[in-house]
Amino acid sequence: MEPSLGDGGDLTVAELDRNAETLDATDQASARSRLIESGKRTGSMLVDVFRDDRMGQAGLAILLVFALTGLFAPLVVPHEPTEINRGDDGTTLRLDAPSAEHPLGTTNMGRDVLSQLMVGARVSLIVGFLAAFMAVTIGVNVGLISGYYGGWVDDLLMRITDIAYGLPFLPFVIVLVFLMGPSLLSIIIVIALLLWRSTARVIRSQVLSHKQRPYVESAQAVGASNLRIMYRHILPNVLPLAFLYGAFSVAWAVIAEASIAFLGFGDPAMMSWGQMLFEAYTADAIRFAWWWVVPPGVSIMIMVMSVFFIGRTLERVTNPELRHAE
Amino acid sequence: MTLLELDDLKTYYRTEDGWVQAADGINLELDENETLGLVGESGSGKTTVAKSLIKLLPDNAEIVDGEIRYKGADLTDLSMREIRNRIRWKEISMVPQNAMNGFDPVYTVGNQIVEAIQVHEPETSDAEAWGRARDLFDELGLDEDRVDDYPHQFSGGMAQRAMIALALAVKPSLILADEPTTALDVVIQDRILRTIEELQDEFDTAMIMITHDMSVVSESCDTIAVMYGGRLVEYADADTIIKNPRHPYTLGLRNAFPDITADDQELISIPGTPPDVVDPDEGCRFAPRCPFAEEECWEETPEPREFDDGHIVECHRADEAPLLREEAARKETWQQVAETEEPAQSPAGGASDD
Repeated sequence: MEPSLGDGGDLTVAELDRNAETLDATDQASARSRLIESGKRTGSMLVDVFRDDRMGQAGLAILLVFALTGLFAPLVVPHEPTEINRGDDGTTLRLDAPSAEHPLGTTNMGRDVLSQLMVGARVSLIVGFLAAFMAVTIGVNVGLISGYYGGWVDDLLMRITDIAYGLPFLPFVIVLVFLMGPSLLSIIIVIALLLWRSTARVIRSQVLSHKQRPYVESAQAVGASNLRIMYRHILPNVLPLAFLYGAFSVAWAVIAEASIAFLGFGDPAMMSWGQMLFEAYTADAIRFAWWWVVPPGVSIMIMVMSVFFIGRTLERVTNPELRHAE
Repeated sequence: MTLLELDDLKTYYRTEDGWVQAADGINLELDENETLGLVGESGSGKTTVAKSLIKLLPDNAEIVDGEIRYKGADLTDLSMREIRNRIRWKEISMVPQNAMNGFDPVYTVGNQIVEAIQVHEPETSDAEAWGRARDLFDELGLDEDRVDDYPHQFSGGMAQRAMIALALAVKPSLILADEPTTALDVVIQDRILRTIEELQDEFDTAMIMITHDMSVVSESCDTIAVMYGGRLVEYADADTIIKNPRHPYTLGLRNAFPDITADDQELISIPGTPPDVVDPDEGCRFAPRCPFAEEECWEETPEPREFDDGHIVECHRADEAPLLREEAARKETWQQVAETEEPAQSPAGGASDD
């Protein structure tokens, strides 16, 4: 019989088909459990790395405290953050030093600083994580496409990345937020628009190296499409690095949000730590009202620090050498 | 039945220095279920020929001329998409040189076999595909439960078996095996070669086996094609190549491998280094290393000549083969080339047998 193109399907090994028929629901379930298991393995690797790393644990604990504070702030705040508190004599408690009633004192408007601080954690967390998530999503895709396709696609995307690198961070953010209006969403978008650049560069360089590895050639030989190779095979291999850069992006986004708010371009409706500093500054209280200035400043610092600790631990996932060095 | 026919295939690489003629005028024929051994030193163009079939070539490579007739269609006419969807794996699969790195490290081996099956046979259910993966493992002498293991959990020999399982996953008509056993010790090598042979019969698959190891090809191939510097220098059935080679390069290659039945045998290597094939001049490419080169060899590229029953040799002195064979068996013959060539050689360029 003259063989013809594409008829290769029926060199059937009879047993294969017979076995396939006898396969029952248990096998289907086991296929599913395999998937779950592979997810578990990745998870257990993370757990292992964090178990051995006190700094990472500390970072996670601190972040957890901030997250819980932010989540339950409206329920547990001692006072409404915008409530104007009055003393026993009925006068407004302006710039009152810490007391039992107001553990972190009050603002020039007589508002409770501790309550503002707790509510402010939400903005930092939301901006930090959403902006970082967007930035990493953009960065990973740009890096993946750029590194995998190479040629003019790479040139184009990398020149755009260069331009993003050339933009001065704060002035650019301020101008855009000013143009788009000072809402939380526009702040997130603007931060993300600048933060993707470093992720893109790093992912691209990783993809360049992975592209040359034999498994990619195997995948090509098997007949996998470019999209499949990029997203199903290369992406999981560079994903740990994306997580690492994601963690760093969170830190940078928190700082960026605080800077924007401190300069007075924040969303006036949302209380944030930067906003608190801004108000303290405009109230001319920044020099003496330490109870109003120090808490948000220290909070920003500690949150950024916790995220860097976590990032440092994630680095050990991505770089096995760091794991074995100790 | 002829499965594959290469007609004057020329695959060149564009470089800053010019065209590297990695495969230059290759004519080959492969029947169904036949095994062809493609032999030669590193850089002789073996892999280029094989990868040209499925267009798995780097960006600077180009099939500049020739035809690749496969089941009646010319593969050089097909677009990349057609090659990918209709030829790769479904028709022609590949076993890469280093199986360990041939698998994606983040998925289990079974996962990757299942993926290959489902890419080409989308109607296959998960359960069925996993069943097939397990059966393939069984066929290759691997524990079925190892489908759930990651590539790094396999030893070299096991990874190679798993790679062969992957190559057989969608029952291709042709397998390209690129030095499938080079990284393995001889015992494992022998077992794998035997497994390949059995499965080839069972699955009715043809194979092109790329290797620089004469002992591997002599054992498992029906026909042998010897490549040198991008040219096909000798092509015949395995027996003829082993017993009655006619090309001086094949004679030298045979010398460089031990014959365990002969005692006190001294190995003779071919002096010199593989040729630079960037826009080569007229003349036989082997002439600089050939102990029998004459004036004609330097000036004129030899045409392939056919001797009794399809024994094709590309050498001006091929008809003097009996004499050459005798001479080539002596060490002095080759040493003489090494001596005359010494001055022109860089200090690092010693004898190179692969």
